[in-house]
Amino acid sequence: MSQSSVALPALRPRARRTLGGSLLVNELVTMFRRNRNLALLAALALIPVALGVAIKLSTHRGRNGGGFIAEVSNNGLFLVFAALSLTLPIFLPMALGVVSGDAISGEAAQGTLRYLLVAPAGRVRLLAVKGFSLVVFSLVSTAVVSAAALLTGLALFPGGQVTLLSGDSIGMGAALVKAVWITLLVAASLLGLAALGLFVSTLTDTPIAAMAVATGLTIAAGIMQAIPQLSAIQPWLYTYQWSSYADLLRDPVYLSNIEHNLLIQLGYVVVFASAAWARLTTRDVTS
Amino acid sequence: MTGETPAIATSGLSKRYRGGQLAVDGLDLRVPQGSVFGFLGPNGSGKTTTIRMLLGLISPSAGGSELFGEPVDAGHVGTLTRVGALIEGPAHYPYLSGRANLARYDAADRTADPRTRAARIEHALEQVGLSNAAEKKAKAYSLGMKQRLGLACALLQPRDLLILDEPTNGLDPQGMREIRGLITSLASQGTTIFLSSHLLDEIEQVCTDVAIMSRGRLVSEGTVAGLREGLKARLVVTTPDPAEAATVLKEQGGQDVRAEGRRVDCDAHEDLAPDAVCAALVGAGVRVLSFGVERPSLEDAFVALTGEGFDVAE
Repeated sequence: MSQSSVALPALRPRARRTLGGSLLVNELVTMFRRNRNLALLAALALIPVALGVAIKLSTHRGRNGGGFIAEVSNNGLFLVFAALSLTLPIFLPMALGVVSGDAISGEAAQGTLRYLLVAPAGRVRLLAVKGFSLVVFSLVSTAVVSAAALLTGLALFPGGQVTLLSGDSIGMGAALVKAVWITLLVAASLLGLAALGLFVSTLTDTPIAAMAVATGLTIAAGIMQAIPQLSAIQPWLYTYQWSSYADLLRDPVYLSNIEHNLLIQLGYVVVFASAAWARLTTRDVTS
Repeated sequence: MTGETPAIATSGLSKRYRGGQLAVDGLDLRVPQGSVFGFLGPNGSGKTTTIRMLLGLISPSAGGSELFGEPVDAGHVGTLTRVGALIEGPAHYPYLSGRANLARYDAADRTADPRTRAARIEHALEQVGLSNAAEKKAKAYSLGMKQRLGLACALLQPRDLLILDEPTNGLDPQGMREIRGLITSLASQGTTIFLSSHLLDEIEQVCTDVAIMSRGRLVSEGTVAGLREGLKARLVVTTPDPAEAATVLKEQGGQDVRAEGRRVDCDAHEDLAPDAVCAALVGAGVRVLSFGVERPSLEDAFVALTGEGFDVAE
């Protein structure tokens, strides 16, 4: 330690406010530098690879699955759709449940929440940064599945014309554009869950509890969807239209379910982001 | 200093937790600018709750506080950019390096200029003596290093007020001296220091003013010297003949004479000249092993005021 003989670096007048983008950049860098999150993404990338290899091995023995999986051996691009339909019900929500449930509660448990607030980050700004970083994580985690599936599919299976669900055929380029749109739609499907997880993470200082609730709710929603007696509330579940992205593979594209899905997600985002705001801006930070 | 806006002012500041427990009860505190203010109290006396209210982390159930004349409002940023703080120990991202931890906290401060960030982080690391460990992950830091990193975080900007809760916790004696030296040098540059500590000699060495809390209430506020003067000095004799010594002390006009083992003591008031008393003791055949006047320590003042040691308050 020195008795601070070094001159203080020149400082800007502190009344000058920067846009506050610094924290967002830092949050994203921190998020994608953290080993846990990298492990989640690596696990997501492995799923399409494993699926592709499994299909390759089983088709040699003359066996074949149904739906997208059946199409994969004819056209590698279908591995993107098959991988998304496989990961959307469980693996993607699980990854997002972990990251969103940890958003605020993780900072609280570590004690870093008090230092961020005293810095001062501003409670609303911190919540906005966390929310935006969850949008980025939804997008990145879905894109990782798609990209891994695309590379595996093209490496193991033939390419060429793609036959749509409606029976028409389109070229590889047009099909790739559809794959990008589908990736975006799947990522958007996760936003309701992300908002819910963010809200839960403002309620507790125990991240594991928030993660369990966020992930558990997705499982509960899946179960509720399977019970016919609950048909009245099913259209309000954030999982209800998760498979609507497949409608992009029709010509012309059937938009009704996709719009319904986006509306549900928007509703969840508005309700739970507001609830998270109400909670975080009024709570006592005692951690 | 008089007439200036105080660095910290609270009026009737109270906090009742949901369980009904009253942690802080009607606190009126005034910390003048430029002072080194010691904040003392047994565990559970409401020190940390007070600090959290001052920093807007929890909202008071009654009363309020001001920092540099601006009201503190939970959830509102206010004057916090002028304040550096260490609250209930440091907290870090274990998977980030010391430097990256500081960069994150600095990015959280929206008034911090990103262009000077690297230089300010370097300066803060140097001030607390962490320059050589800056690239290590925080999880590999020792307790003392974590404490230094927490202090560096409070020093990322030139601050007008530092609120430090147990800043030398976990440090070795050499580290404690360094940190006390740093606090003293910051104070000499005009930074107001609000120092909560359970180390009474630390408060005695560093602080100009002191406030003592007990069971959520302020029991004393004033200068360190003034607080000690409130307690009388004691005349102390060590002798193998305590009974005879006690008799002599009483004859000489000593009040509140107490004998315990080989130690006999009484209040050292002005009419009791130590040289005369000593001569009287020797004249009476008391074998004097040692003789002297004991000044009360801050610890004695503390115990006299709070009526307890460092046991947890109810």
